[in-house]
Amino acid sequence: MTVRDKVIEIIAEQAMLETSDVTMESTPEDLGIDSLGLVESIFAIEEAFDISIPFNANDPSESDFDISSVGRIVAGIEKLIAEQKS
Amino acid sequence: MKRVVITGAGTINAIGKTVPETLEAMREGRCGIAEVETRDLDRLGVRIGGQVKGFEPEAMFNRQQMALYDRFTQFTLTAAREAIAQSGLEFRGELAARAGVVLGTAGGGVHTWDENYRTVYEEGKNRVHPFVVPKLMNNAAASHVSMAYNLKGPSFTVSTACASSNHAMAQAFQMVRLGMSEAMVTGGSESMLCFGGIKAWEGLRVMSKDGCRPFSATRNGMVQGEGAGVFVFEEYEHAKARGAEILAEVAGFAMTSDASDIVMPSAQGAARAMEGALADAKLPKEAVGYINAHGTGTAANDKTECAAVADVFGTHADDLMISSTKSMHGHLIGGTGAVELLACIMALRDSVIAPTIGYEEFDPECALDVVPNEAREARVDVALSNAFAFGGLNAVLALKRV
Repeated sequence: MTVRDKVIEIIAEQAMLETSDVTMESTPEDLGIDSLGLVESIFAIEEAFDISIPFNANDPSESDFDISSVGRIVAGIEKLIAEQKS
Repeated sequence: MKRVVITGAGTINAIGKTVPETLEAMREGRCGIAEVETRDLDRLGVRIGGQVKGFEPEAMFNRQQMALYDRFTQFTLTAAREAIAQSGLEFRGELAARAGVVLGTAGGGVHTWDENYRTVYEEGKNRVHPFVVPKLMNNAAASHVSMAYNLKGPSFTVSTACASSNHAMAQAFQMVRLGMSEAMVTGGSESMLCFGGIKAWEGLRVMSKDGCRPFSATRNGMVQGEGAGVFVFEEYEHAKARGAEILAEVAGFAMTSDASDIVMPSAQGAARAMEGALADAKLPKEAVGYINAHGTGTAANDKTECAAVADVFGTHADDLMISSTKSMHGHLIGGTGAVELLACIMALRDSVIAPTIGYEEFDPECALDVVPNEAREARVDVALSNAFAFGGLNAVLALKRV
């Protein structure tokens, strides 16, 4: 399973949607994921890829991790995997 | 001051998943204590408990709810649903703004602590689920009840070990009696039957390895239970005006502190609480027909409690009935007073006295009518519910037939 497919699966589960409803352009808000849901998704992603995501729920925009869309999240995770596994 | 009545009751515990099931089990003297299902059972010295078996929270709660609800919250919501449905109340507008939820628990989300300590200490992981804190906090259950039923008035959690529920219900009673609120949701819950919870109690060496036999000369300790009891306390005129079914009246309460020892009970502290509850309810001692005992099944509690009852009631102590339903559902710690209140309601409303099961041999230090082994039919007009906690904190409620 690709990083992208796994992330979509985790986000879809969190949003209680079908994976086909989650696109690369979707934002967490579009999918109905609130701040608590986002924190839980980040945790699930960290567990799935065994990485650590620099995400601060106090001020997501100040984090070094872009969560503005599913596509950005996937890109961020791919970068983290490359950095943290190397 | 307003009169306060109970218009809804709900529970889940080792002998029943609803109030009717629980009362039937009490009438039949059924025991819910058995070998506990938990991991690493072989490392436990105490392996029995009043565990809720066959409970399927996944069928009641969705995935997101499950991520936020510790077992004690699941129990609370289950009992609250039954109680509020029975009351027929819908919390809207001014009623909702003033109605709150006051619950008792000693340990809160003990399963959540247990599981996550395992994760970080035993498994050596450095990351825990983000909801550990909102799941384990002692007020989680009260907060989720407030959210589920739109209760926007005074809401909080009381933690006084084994008296938590009685202290909580005393607070809710006081609020309705003083006119602060027309209705309050109250009671308590506990779920400590996990490895760490059992191990902690084991350490104290007051637990029985074979059963809970309150007042019996053969008693050898307490047995933990788990579950919840939740009630709707409502102002009498408010309940009457809407034609609600009234289960019983809460007539008074008292709280005392022994101010002496962190674990040993005091007959004086217990006696002052029982006397105080009757004085508060403006009821004569002779009116009391039934006492739901704290009756833990430990050597110390049962003889001290009986001495306190003899002291308070004098010759009337021989005419009243006193039983411990912990013999059936175990000791629900912070939730125990709430589940035991059901036995008081059954005595007042159905004229059935729940028995003390497991009774084997007379103990001269517990020489009261403890309703041994079989339920009894008897009309009761006033009942007391005792709770005496570690830390010497006592809370007694007085209930009246309506």
